[in-house]
Parts: sequence; structure tokens; C-alpha cells
Amino acid sequence: MKIKVKINGEWKEWEIDPSDYLLDVLRREGYLSVKRGCDTGTCGTCTVLVDGFPALSCSILAATMDGHEITTAEGIADEMEDYMKALAAEGADQCGFCSPGLMVMVYALKKEIENGKVEKNEEAVKRYLIGNLCRCSGYLGQQRAIFKFLGVK
Amino acid sequence: MREVKKSVPKKDAYGLIRGKPVYTDDIAPKDALVVKVLRSPHAFARIKDIDVSEALAMDGVEIVLTYKDVPRKPITRAGQGYPEPSPYDKFILDEYVRYVGDEVAAVAAEDERTAEEALKKIKVEYEILEPVLDFEKAEENPSVIHPEDDIFPQFDIGFDPKRNIAASYEMEIGDVDKILEECEKDPDCVVLKERFYTQAQAHVMLEPHASFAYVDMHGRLVIVSSTQTPFHVRRQISMVLGIPIKNIRVIKPRIGGGFGGKQALHGEMIVALVAWRTKKPAKLVYTRKEVFESTYTRHPSRFDVTLAATKDGKLKAIAYDVLWDTGAYGEHALTTLMVAGSKTLPMYNKVEGVRFRGKVVYTNHTPAGAYRGYGAIQANFALESAMDMLAEKLGMDPIELRLKNIIREGETSPIFKIMGEGREGAEMIIKSCKLEEAIKRGAEVIDWKNKFGKKEKNGNKVRGVGMAIAMQGSGIANIDMGSAIIKLNDDGSFNLLVGATDLGTGSDTILAQIAAEVLGVSTDDIIVYSSDTDLTPFDTGAYASSTTYVSGNAVKRAAEKMRKLIIEEGAKKLGLSPEEVEFDGKVIRAKDGSKEVTLKELATVRYYTEDQKQLVADGSFVGPESPPPYAATFVEVEVDTQTGKVDVLKYVSILDIGTPINPNLARIQAEGGAVQGIGMALYEDVKYSSSGRLLTNNLMYYKIPSRLDVPEMHIEFLESYEPTGPFGAKSVAEIGIDTPPAAIANAVYDALGVRIKDLPITPEKVFFAMKK
Ligand code: FES
Ligand code: FES
Repeated sequence: MKIKVKINGEWKEWEIDPSDYLLDVLRREGYLSVKRGCDTGTCGTCTVLVDGFPALSCSILAATMDGHEITTAEGIADEMEDYMKALAAEGADQCGFCSPGLMVMVYALKKEIENGKVEKNEEAVKRYLIGNLCRCSGYLGQQRAIFKFLGVK
Repeated sequence: MREVKKSVPKKDAYGLIRGKPVYTDDIAPKDALVVKVLRSPHAFARIKDIDVSEALAMDGVEIVLTYKDVPRKPITRAGQGYPEPSPYDKFILDEYVRYVGDEVAAVAAEDERTAEEALKKIKVEYEILEPVLDFEKAEENPSVIHPEDDIFPQFDIGFDPKRNIAASYEMEIGDVDKILEECEKDPDCVVLKERFYTQAQAHVMLEPHASFAYVDMHGRLVIVSSTQTPFHVRRQISMVLGIPIKNIRVIKPRIGGGFGGKQALHGEMIVALVAWRTKKPAKLVYTRKEVFESTYTRHPSRFDVTLAATKDGKLKAIAYDVLWDTGAYGEHALTTLMVAGSKTLPMYNKVEGVRFRGKVVYTNHTPAGAYRGYGAIQANFALESAMDMLAEKLGMDPIELRLKNIIREGETSPIFKIMGEGREGAEMIIKSCKLEEAIKRGAEVIDWKNKFGKKEKNGNKVRGVGMAIAMQGSGIANIDMGSAIIKLNDDGSFNLLVGATDLGTGSDTILAQIAAEVLGVSTDDIIVYSSDTDLTPFDTGAYASSTTYVSGNAVKRAAEKMRKLIIEEGAKKLGLSPEEVEFDGKVIRAKDGSKEVTLKELATVRYYTEDQKQLVADGSFVGPESPPPYAATFVEVEVDTQTGKVDVLKYVSILDIGTPINPNLARIQAEGGAVQGIGMALYEDVKYSSSGRLLTNNLMYYKIPSRLDVPEMHIEFLESYEPTGPFGAKSVAEIGIDTPPAAIANAVYDALGVRIKDLPITPEKVFFAMKK
């Protein structure tokens, strides 16, 4: 079947199988920032935005995406320059496998905070990002960078 | 120091964070055959009959491999220096399957779905054998996991497969039995005997194991793999497939974490064989389930510790009796076992007697392998728990007991020489050791004086503090080797080529910093290319906390040669002798200030106009010793007495890693290691069904720490300088993981008076222990 999606701001038409997961379609179409870290929807490395909200692309059937807007790390990286700098300054990008998914999530979080949907404090930020696992950094370096980027005191 | 002891961002930071396609699966050819592996549903079985005809007949299926189609050549997948201390007990595919998840057959097809369908069409008839699922019953078990006669060790490792023993090791200094006997009788002495258990922790690096292979235009086999050891992969593949090393190239792209789990071979043998036979590119990316079930774990252990001490706290003897479970294959069996001794016993170097007795048994579980901490963490949990128990028996503060017995600068331990990794070690006088300072500083930060023994209560919650100390190494002495090539470019920048393997730790950056420091240039002027067996010089790989120390020293040597070369060539250009000029990283100038040439000018003329030649230098390094980093860790826990749940409130770790080349990256190593250690201490639990199937084979059932589980952390590096290390550096990769299990167990005891001796310290265990 065919679906039409707006991916990183551009409308595209993709030929998919109804049983394809969004993650696999995205990777096939070259959006390789989207990673597969698990098979149970538990790691967060496949995080993308669907219509502006974070979603696990490994757990969404691509077929349901017809007419929707998808954003991947590739689509927001330029806007997230300050975040990248903050993370790199902490040395918290270790193997980096979790990094694009986390960046997508932080991008969404920033919007949520701006809209007053999520409180701007450490606890709320950690809760929002809890689904993005990282095995390398121990999280603290990431958080130092994220708090700095979001201006969380 | 300008470029070292400086937190420069990782060279690959921006590429990684933006999600550039840099990992194995990202760069695999689009038309690569997809390889899938049929895995054993049985813990132990013999393949009586296997029929692949239907699978093979499917459209899109390119090749199906069973044990009948592959060379029968025993190998170890361990990824260690050659000859390896691990037994050659594995075949690419075998008639026997030895754990649930073991390889039965492999299919390569044009896409994933077809490959998966084809797996279902393979008909296997198994003769089901009685598995060995309890490692304490493995040795004399009637079931022999490796009955085949064509497996062997490279040298004596105590290999006795007919008794399910993969390796064994014993050593003794002094007469330990006599010391114990005398102590038992002596009213001024105490003897403590305790038994501990540790579990099969899973690495859970977020990138699953992945590799692809193709045959290039010269007919050479190229393997791209998420591996920690490209040069070992090349040698092992050459050995098992009978392809000369010269016809194999192994490339490690960026990899998504390893922690030891990617030291050994995983899918490389199969993708290599598929590509070699079909002449088509082939890739194999493990599912998370496969990573859990069919790669490697930490070796589970049973650890008997005996300590003897005088009443005033002088340790007289330490004895270990260790049983180690290596699962179905013996990767790292002997060496992790020996590290349990060699990386803990020297901490208490003033004893009269030390004994180590250990056996590594086969079971029908997922194979164990290298995992950050590598034996030391198991031993650390046992020894450092036992030290606290001894302190209590002596009525002594645990800190005081340790301060009386620890190793200090200028001292040595006979263990260094006796116990290496798989063979003899190397003598070493400790040149940098800030363990005492670390203990004292940690006690201050956690406020030990006011907290220890206080059992502060708040409703159902009780608080306690605990501590543990640890040491590791910096590479394997006399075995681990690193090398580097530096070449000057015509704009005055440098290419640094290293065989070393950055697994996300930032070692490419650290090595560039070391080169930059020597050359007096900015780290930005060093362009690093690493881990490609065709283009980079030899390196044993990233394991055993070796890269900063071993590869770092090699880089330092290469850079020093390059510096000398630049001075020579600059002097020649200026018509002076090398003694008459100096080089500051940018300009070579006469010491009297009379003339100068910039590095860029020099490089440009050397490549285009005058006395043309490539300026290139190399360096190699093998550590004659392995200087240990040290840590003293203090934790404060809060235990809910209604549920038994333990929360770590505060984690303080004071480390001596020598000079941190990049303090931020070192900090992340320490923090990341600590969090993995906390996971092992508290909840990373491995459960098998009664038939030997791994139940905790996904991230829902196997819990790793999330960001809400991480306590407040205080990590501090003490001023320390290791004279044999590059700019004073030792290692940092593993030391952070060793202390959490014992420190937390000791803190739980301080809070509740309940001693948990088997990991992980789950609420159930604490709860039931409290009720006793
Ligand atoms: S791949 Fe792990 S949550 Fe989607
Ligand atoms: S940096 Fe490796 S998983 Fe987060």
C-alpha cells in the first residue's frame, strides 16, 4: 500500500507493507538517526515526533501514519545546536546510540515546558525522559546538559 | 599541560548526536542479504536430523547453512591476544546445541521477512539431552556438555571437559591452612568464613551486535562489525574459515557501546561465510532477544572467602574458593577467574598467606564472557562484604580495618607476578596509589562519623551507610599492545592512525589529545582514524581498561618521534642543526631568533618543492606492568522495612586514575560504571525457567537503571600521577563499576543488621532476611 507522510517538513509518498512498523520504514527510507535498541518498546532509541508529539516508531504501524507529520532527529538537529553543544560539552554523548532519540525527546519537552504542560524542574524533566535509556553515561552528564539547555535550576 | 587534563568535546560528538548514519547497520549495503539464525529451543540437544530443503527452495533464499555445511574447526570466539587462554571449544555451527539460543542453522535471504519465513521451514529433529542448569552440580554431572574430542586449550588452563570443567587455577603464598589453624586456636585472632553469590549480569549496550561482510573487487573479504577487537576478529575469522589474514579486512565503524560484550565474535563467522560463499554482501543484526540469549553475560559465581586477622585488625590470611559458571562455552573462563584474584588480593598486601582456588564449569546457560569489571567485581563484592563482617567481629570501624591493611605507594604484592591473565603476571612496585586519601576523603564527604552505625529511622524507612574499595588494572601487562602512526599533512595538520577501538568512550579524542599535547598543537589539528585492519596499525583492542594507558603510550611515542622529525626537517630547512632550533607547535625557529619557518610552510615545501618526502612516525607500546587505578566508594541507602526496597540516596566515589586526560569523559566513565554497578547490586536479575530458557530476555523483564534510579553522585578524582602512563594517566573504564555491590550490601547491613550475600539485593531478599 501507499502512504503519504510529511517527513521533516516535506511530503513524501512511500510504498509500504501493511504490517511494516514505522521504524523499519523510516530506516529503509534513509532516516537512519532512528535506531532499534530493543524489541519491546522499552528503550527509546527509536523516538520520533508524530504530529509534534513523541512516539516510539518501533511500536507504530506505518500504515497508520498516512496523512501525518513525522519528525526525526535529522529534521530538528539544526534547531538543536545549543543542545548539542551542551551535551558535547559534558562529554555525555558516549556511544551516541541513544542520542538522536533523546534529542527528539528533549525537543518535545522544551515545547511542552514552553506551553506550560510540563513543569520546569529537575524531577519533571527526568520523568518526561524516563523512557530514553542510556547504558553508557549513567544519565547524570546528560542531565547536566539538559538542565543547562532548558534553564532548569 | 595544554591539551591534556582538558575537557574537549568528543570528536564524534556532533555526528553522533545528530544521528548521522555511522553504525554498522546504518552503513550496510542496501542490497545485503539478510542473515537470520535458527536458534535452539533446547538447553542441551543433539541434532539428529536437519532438513533445510524447503527453506532453500523458497524464493529469495540464497543460502542455508547447518553444521554440515561449515568447516569443522574448533575456535574460541573470545577476542583475546594469541595464543588465547580460552579453550577452543566452539564451532561455527555444531551437531550439538548447548543452550537455549545456541546456533542451529543460518539462512541468508534477500529480505528479513523471507529469512524469517525460511527459518520456520527448517525441520530439525533433536535428541534432547539432560541439561546441566545448576553450576554447583556441573562438575560431577553425568551430562557432559562438551563430549567432542576435537576441542582443546592452547596451553594448560586446567581444561577438563569430561568433567564439565573449562578451566581451573590454584595458587598459594605462605601456608594458609596453617595460619588459619593457628588463628582458630589463638584467642587474639579471628577467622571468618563466608559464602557469596553473584549473578549473570547482561551488558545491554544499546546497539545490538551487528556485522556485515562482502567480497571486494580484489576478491578479499571485508567485514564491518560492531566489535571491540578488529584485529582479533581478523585473526579468528582467518583461522576458522581458512582464509589468509592478508585477504581479510575488518573495519569497526562507530559502535553503540560494548562493555566487553563485543570483545568476542558474535555474528562475524556467519556473515563472513555467507559473503564468502555467495560473493554477495550479507548482514546480521541481532534482535535484543538474541543479544540477551545468545551473546554473553557476566560469569555468575559462588565465592567462598576466608579471612584471618588479629584482634587489632591486622589481616593475616585471605583465601578464596571460587566456582565460576561459564555457560555453554569457555570464553574468558580462566582469565575472568584469575582477575578475581589479581585485581582484589593485592589491595591487602600485608598478609602472611594468600590462597586462590578456582574452577570454571560449563553449564547449559548462555555463555559468559568479558564484561566490564571482568571477575574483579564478583570478587570485590565477596571480599569487601567479608571485610565489613570481619570489622564487625573485631568491633572495629570498617574504615579503620581497611586503613590498617591497604596497599600504598612504593609497595608491591607478590600477586602481581604470580597471577596474570591466563599466565604469569608482571612484577610491579606501585608508583601511584592514593587509596588511603580516597578512603579518608570519601568518609568526609558522606559524613561517615555521624552516620555509620546510627540506623537513622524515619517511619518505615531506615538509613545506613556503607563503603568498599577497589583496584583495577591498565591493560594486560606484557600482552596488550597498541600502536600508532602519525603523518603530517601539507597544511600542518596531522592524521593519527590507531588500531585502538573507540566504543563510545571517547578514546579517539583522548588519543588525539595525547598526540596534540606532545606536538604542541590543538586537538582539532589531529584527525583520527581508527580500527581498520587495512589502514591502521595493530592494536589488541579495547578491553581490560587498556586504551588510555597502552594505546595512549603508543600514541605518545609516535608523536614524540614526529616532533623530533619536524625539528630535524625544520632545522634542515633553516640551514641549522636540530639543537639550534625549537618547535612550539606552529613555528620552527632558531633559538637565537634569527630565522623561522612555520610548520605549514615546512610541510608545503616537503610535499611540493624541496627535498620532497612524507613526514611520518610510528610508535608501539606494551605495558611491562599494569598500574591499578583505585576507588573508595561510600553510599547512603534508605531501606523501606515494609517492602525491603533499597534506595541509594547518595553515592560518593573518590578515584585515583592518575591524570584524567579528559576530565569530563573520565567523569562519565566513572558515573556510567557506577550506575551499571548499582544495577548489578540492586535489580539486574537473570532468571531461567526450569528447562533452561532465559526468562529475562528483554528490557521489560531485565531492568537496567533508568534515569530515576540514579542517586545523587559525588565523583572526585584525586591528584595523582602515574609515571609510566601517558602524562600520568592510568585507566578509568572499569574501576567505577567494582564497588557498588559491596558498598550497597554493607550499607544495607548498617541500616538493618541484615546481610545479603547473593546479588542482586532485591526487596524480596531483604524483606525475608529481615523476617528471619
Ligand atoms: S526500539 Fe526500543 S523502544 Fe523502540
Ligand atoms: S551513550 Fe551509549 S547508550 Fe547512551
